[in-house]
Amino acid sequence: MSHRLSLSQAFVFLLRRDLLLALRNRAEYAMPLLFFVLVITLFPLALGASPELLARIAPGIIWVAALLAAMLSLDSIFRSDFDDGSLEQILLSAHPVAVLVLAKVSAHWLVTGLPLLLVAPLLAEMLGMPVAAQTTLLLTILIGTPILSLIGAIGVALTVGLRKGGIILSLLVLPLYVPVLIFAASATENAASGFDPSAQIYMLLAFLFLSISLSPWATAAALRMSAS
Amino acid sequence: MFLWFHKLGSPPHFYRIAGKWIPWLGWIFLLLLAAGLYGGLVEAPPDYQQGESYRIIFVHVPSAWMSLFIYVVMAICGAIIIIWHMKLAEVVLISSAPIGASFTFLALVTGSLWGKPMWGTYWVWDARLTSELILLFLYLGIIGLHNAIDDKRTAGRAVAILALVGVVNIPIIHYSVEWWHSLHQGPTVTKFDKPSIHWSMLLPLLLMALAFQVYYVLALFQKCRAELLRRERNSKWVEEL
Repeated sequence: MSHRLSLSQAFVFLLRRDLLLALRNRAEYAMPLLFFVLVITLFPLALGASPELLARIAPGIIWVAALLAAMLSLDSIFRSDFDDGSLEQILLSAHPVAVLVLAKVSAHWLVTGLPLLLVAPLLAEMLGMPVAAQTTLLLTILIGTPILSLIGAIGVALTVGLRKGGIILSLLVLPLYVPVLIFAASATENAASGFDPSAQIYMLLAFLFLSISLSPWATAAALRMSAS
Repeated sequence: MFLWFHKLGSPPHFYRIAGKWIPWLGWIFLLLLAAGLYGGLVEAPPDYQQGESYRIIFVHVPSAWMSLFIYVVMAICGAIIIIWHMKLAEVVLISSAPIGASFTFLALVTGSLWGKPMWGTYWVWDARLTSELILLFLYLGIIGLHNAIDDKRTAGRAVAILALVGVVNIPIIHYSVEWWHSLHQGPTVTKFDKPSIHWSMLLPLLLMALAFQVYYVLALFQKCRAELLRRERNSKWVEEL
């Protein structure tokens, strides 16, 4: 080892590594996005294609689908690192694990949360959501999906060592997603019916900062537990 | 004081103390339960609005209180586990989870049975009902996670982290659900004004709450003893029993 990385260098390094891995593994990371589109397609088929009904429930549908897609992709945050042992190297590094965890979660959000932002306007338009509500929808997705990744990381860290972690993971994580779902969907609904959604947006922002500051510590503790 | 605390943390000592307390707790529980039920079902007058059917609060309200109380106990155990790695706290945490889940379930069932004659429906997506339901899922998540991990020491730490994360989230979930309801203009009228409660109803209610509290400690001690035996089955003090 000729030189030591500073903390910010380590953060950027880990972020770049994860993004590069995702880039080489495009098919795997496209799945949650496809799943998101597919789930939304199911609703008009199940509920009938009446435009007023779809426009009314569109915020709820899009957010439930985003929640499920986020859950589906969670496992990839730590799974491959756990399997090939690089997770232990991260835990052994001289830098605070919480910061490195934050780098991994950011990478995960960039490859799974951000693409939802690009598809959502298309789907909102297809469901007949009013244009005024679409900007609010995008804003809630922009603020809400990082929270999903951050909370989900705790769940994955707790279950990554288990053989059948998947079903347990959903039981752990979905109840904790409830506040995000409520505020994001009701912000969009408010905007759709012509009210001011800023109160809910501020609440979402508060959740975002709370989870950025607390979740990496819990995730780091859980990872230490899983790797031991 | 510290010595007492330290001694209580040792499994054989706790096993013996808990064994001595269990019969006493059982009798106290039965006495309180009998007094509370008599006061609630016989002595207390019928409500002027709800008639006799309000009497279910003597079960419903204490179990709802217990469902929250037990979660807080579990979170405190979680903190103790993370900070001091205390074995007994792991046992208390995981033994509390099924009891807490049962009380939550009981609160939901009695609540919906009460809701049918009062509101005309078993279930509404009201703030309290929804957050109680989510609390039940949190309990089940903790039990599920504990069962999924084979090594029980690791499992103890995992559920400790989960319980702590959950306790941060419970107020958030509670208030978000409450605000969501008020933001929505709910379709059903679920509000009914609670008349300030008369002592003839309050006294049995408090007796029942106390009885449930004692029952929790009683059930907890029994479950803890069983769990301790299971975990320490290879140790010397268990063989000596």
